[in-house]
Amino acid sequence: MSDYAHPEVLVSTEWVSQHAQDANVRVVEIDVDTKAYQEGHVPGAIAWAWNTQLCDTVRRDILSKEQFEKLMSASGVGNDTTLVLFGDNNNWFAAWALWQAKIYGHSDVRIMNGGRKKWLAEGREISLESPSVTPKAYKAADADLSLRAYLPQVQDAVQKKTAGLVDVRSPQEFSGEILAPAGLPETCQRGGHIPGASNIPWSKACNEDGTFKSFDDLKAIYANEGIDGTKPIIAYCRIGERSSHSWFALKYLLGYQNVVNYDGSWTEWGNLVGAPVQTGAARGANA
Amino acid sequence: MKAEEYSERKLEVEGWPVNLTSYRIGDVYHCHADNVSPGANIARTTGATREEAENKALERARHYLGNTRRHTV
Repeated sequence: MSDYAHPEVLVSTEWVSQHAQDANVRVVEIDVDTKAYQEGHVPGAIAWAWNTQLCDTVRRDILSKEQFEKLMSASGVGNDTTLVLFGDNNNWFAAWALWQAKIYGHSDVRIMNGGRKKWLAEGREISLESPSVTPKAYKAADADLSLRAYLPQVQDAVQKKTAGLVDVRSPQEFSGEILAPAGLPETCQRGGHIPGASNIPWSKACNEDGTFKSFDDLKAIYANEGIDGTKPIIAYCRIGERSSHSWFALKYLLGYQNVVNYDGSWTEWGNLVGAPVQTGAARGANA
Repeated sequence: MKAEEYSERKLEVEGWPVNLTSYRIGDVYHCHADNVSPGANIARTTGATREEAENKALERARHYLGNTRRHTV
């Protein structure tokens, strides 16, 4: 992991096995499938539910500063706690949680490389017990919105061609053949992609065991689609969690400075009246 | 306690690639079916045997994947 621009944001499963119960470490599992934690988890880890604890449940938004502070406090996370996040699907929602933690200025937040899949596959110890947590005082920073793209910013970038848009969904979602990942409910009115976007599915960043590919491999994957860090990058997917994963790889593993996550993503763009939409396969998809 | 007999295999269900993962925790076999791209879990099941857990997961996967609409582009 030492070749990455910021290797300190990743820890190995071995590191977690040795430090999960250290006093100043809090390990949190965040799964797409919120029932996964209950079947067995990293000893000492707590769980956050992405759909109730990592978003505003009334309006569509991430946590407010106050909601984030409450979550951290209730989770026994102080401002100096080493926060280690992991989950299923190669850390989709762990990356989403890390993105929010960075927005609110948590200084030491890391991802367990390989996530839940690697922990189980390695036959590491698991527990059925939820640890008792002593709340801690927590003060979040004001939101750093340089990490997040809102719709007007994306519209402006599309019109002026000032950013590289990275659509991290599957090729079938990108083309418009399907409106949601196979087997999941359709949540938008139109299929396709934002005009000018490149299709670099999030999974290209991962090895078979769920870990991130090497710095050189990642650099080549993105550069092959013209994403090399020389201009701002906007990552998006369907609801913003897969793009958090790609955002993490681009910003912290490759070290590109200006990378934002457009969490409105296709469920916002694909429902807009009059928004420009492109359909069809990505350049070179059939090559 | 550990996940034991961990196994992954890829197969096609209703025309979609599926990754089927199963393992045993204690006396219970757990299985989940993911759509390979993007990798989202579409069925999570348990059973007394691997076969039972996998068959349940595949049955649910067939239901959900069979309802996925393909649009002409």
